[in-house]
Amino acid sequence: MPPIKRTKFKLAPEQLLDMFFWVKLIRAFDERLSILVKQGKVRSGVYTGIGQEAIIVGTCFALRKDDFICPLHRDLGSFLMKGVEPRAMMAQMFAKTTGLSKGRDSALHSGVTELGIFGNTSMLGANLPIAAGIGLTFKMEKRDSVVIAYFGEGASNTGDFHEALNFAGVQQLPIVFICENNQYAYSVPLEKSMAIDDVAIRAEGYGFDGVAINGNDVLAVYQASLGAIARARAGDGPTLIECKTYRWHGHSEHDKAFYRTDEELAMWKSRDPIPTFTTYLRSRHVLDDEKLKAIETRVASTIDDAVEFAINSPDPDPSEAVTDLYA
Amino acid sequence: MREISYLEAIREALFEEMRRDPKVFVLGEDVGPYGGAFGVTQGLYEEFGEARCVDTPISESAIIGVSIGASLRGYRPVAEMQFADFISCGFDQIVNQAATLRYRYGGRASVPIVVRAPSGGNVGGGLYHSQNPEAWFIHRPGLKVVAPSTAYDAKGLLKSAIRDDNPVIYFEHKWLYRRAKGPVPEGDDDVVPIGVAATRREGGDATLLTYGAMVVPSLEAADRMAKDGVEVEVIDLRTLLPFDKEAIFQSLEKTNRVLVVHEDVKTLGLGAELSAVIMEERFDALDAPVMRVTYPDTHPPFSHILEAANLPNADKITDALRKLAAY
Repeated sequence: MPPIKRTKFKLAPEQLLDMFFWVKLIRAFDERLSILVKQGKVRSGVYTGIGQEAIIVGTCFALRKDDFICPLHRDLGSFLMKGVEPRAMMAQMFAKTTGLSKGRDSALHSGVTELGIFGNTSMLGANLPIAAGIGLTFKMEKRDSVVIAYFGEGASNTGDFHEALNFAGVQQLPIVFICENNQYAYSVPLEKSMAIDDVAIRAEGYGFDGVAINGNDVLAVYQASLGAIARARAGDGPTLIECKTYRWHGHSEHDKAFYRTDEELAMWKSRDPIPTFTTYLRSRHVLDDEKLKAIETRVASTIDDAVEFAINSPDPDPSEAVTDLYA
Repeated sequence: MREISYLEAIREALFEEMRRDPKVFVLGEDVGPYGGAFGVTQGLYEEFGEARCVDTPISESAIIGVSIGASLRGYRPVAEMQFADFISCGFDQIVNQAATLRYRYGGRASVPIVVRAPSGGNVGGGLYHSQNPEAWFIHRPGLKVVAPSTAYDAKGLLKSAIRDDNPVIYFEHKWLYRRAKGPVPEGDDDVVPIGVAATRREGGDATLLTYGAMVVPSLEAADRMAKDGVEVEVIDLRTLLPFDKEAIFQSLEKTNRVLVVHEDVKTLGLGAELSAVIMEERFDALDAPVMRVTYPDTHPPFSHILEAANLPNADKITDALRKLAAY
């Protein structure tokens, strides 16, 4: 595996605090969703990314407005960072008309083209050929926009993964493939779904570089993304970044995750991306108690507002079950 | 008017649409300098270059996924499946991505792609080069399905399909490629609307509903029946989803008898749906049960003896028409 190219970067204190806000907001959003499922207010279809937030923040923070993302099912935070209002995301989870799909589907199956967001189906890895198509148009137009395509280590075993990475390699497309390796494909652990340790080495088979990094370190993800994005913008083709991480909750909120040990979960919780980042920011005197409190208050009010908006939004009319099938 | 073949008509539609709209491009296996396995895309590479005539790896899922991705950025890709049989490898991208996207996006996006699928037997192709998989796609809301039988329609329907904002599966019958020849105007005057059937022969005694290559033996059988004094109205459906209910009902109300002929297998082929719709909505107009001549529920064999035994032909259709007329 090639060494990680250390891209130099400098973030202003305000930018670091902004990053911190996003990490906190995304964590809080998923935690609230988890509670709402338990309360029976949100009907299943909730796949949290708690524990994996550093990946979303580190990648999306490096993007421009004109760039595209093709998220996986735990990447609700990427929708927010690309510009979807928290209210609309919450309404989507409540299956209300004010959600992105007007109640047709939950979760992240609905994209917003104008904001550069593709909404995938439940077929994991099926977003990767779409990412290649978007990347192909950037190449055709000789634009320096890029696509970030997210997938789990589980999806790296699908045919679509291999077809898409091969296509992107052949065409030298401006895509950064982000593997969120959270160790489990639903209940199946890594060693039962792959005969290799690192998804990153799969990139070599398609003619581009793959690197494995600590996916729980937001700045490490940001740094690796910056390098890969710069390469894509320059026309030097795709990169695969494998972010090692762990999902704290089950596959979905109804999954109690009996297939893993308490010790394993505790070990990964000790690598929680938020305290690590908090300690860093405090040590750099970017964050203090006052600023932390202000961010936490803003996060809580944002989520409260989104939930209230969703609850008060209208339900879909039954007639809408058969509309929007054809343009 | 000059006469060209069905295959040339498809090619001409591609040339004209690509010249008319810079957002139209083709992609698929061997479509580049080689000109396609059947020669349909010959000359496109030379005129439009590799950016708009994209040779792809053997990756049907990626071909369709890339098309969907490009369509979200305003392009109108025309994907070629080398044989309709291979469309199964891209099935998920068609039925789960393309067909559902508008619905799950709450009507905020559409997928203007065309998937060209060379289908049909009677060409000695055997199991995997002879199939008629149209029913799979007729069963999926969100798609449109067309199957031209003449050179004129081959061009006109492809133009409509390319300009349509929905995903269109375009079944081009291989047996017709060089056998079907006819007058086809040059330029934009020959657009054939999707959803409109064509009456190929008028008659007041029975209605024959068919499409694709089966139009040819159906017309031959109708001519034979005319010698016995039975006038058969032959309707070429042209569009299979949505099929032209009005044209079917109008003819039925005149003839009170319906035979459906298709090369696809019998069980849950389009004939089953046509029969059910006629029974549900025009039961009182029927003087006889709706009858069907189809491929038996089996695979297309390689031996010409076996394949001939399976294929509907003028003899089988004539026999069925006699039964229908005598009922």
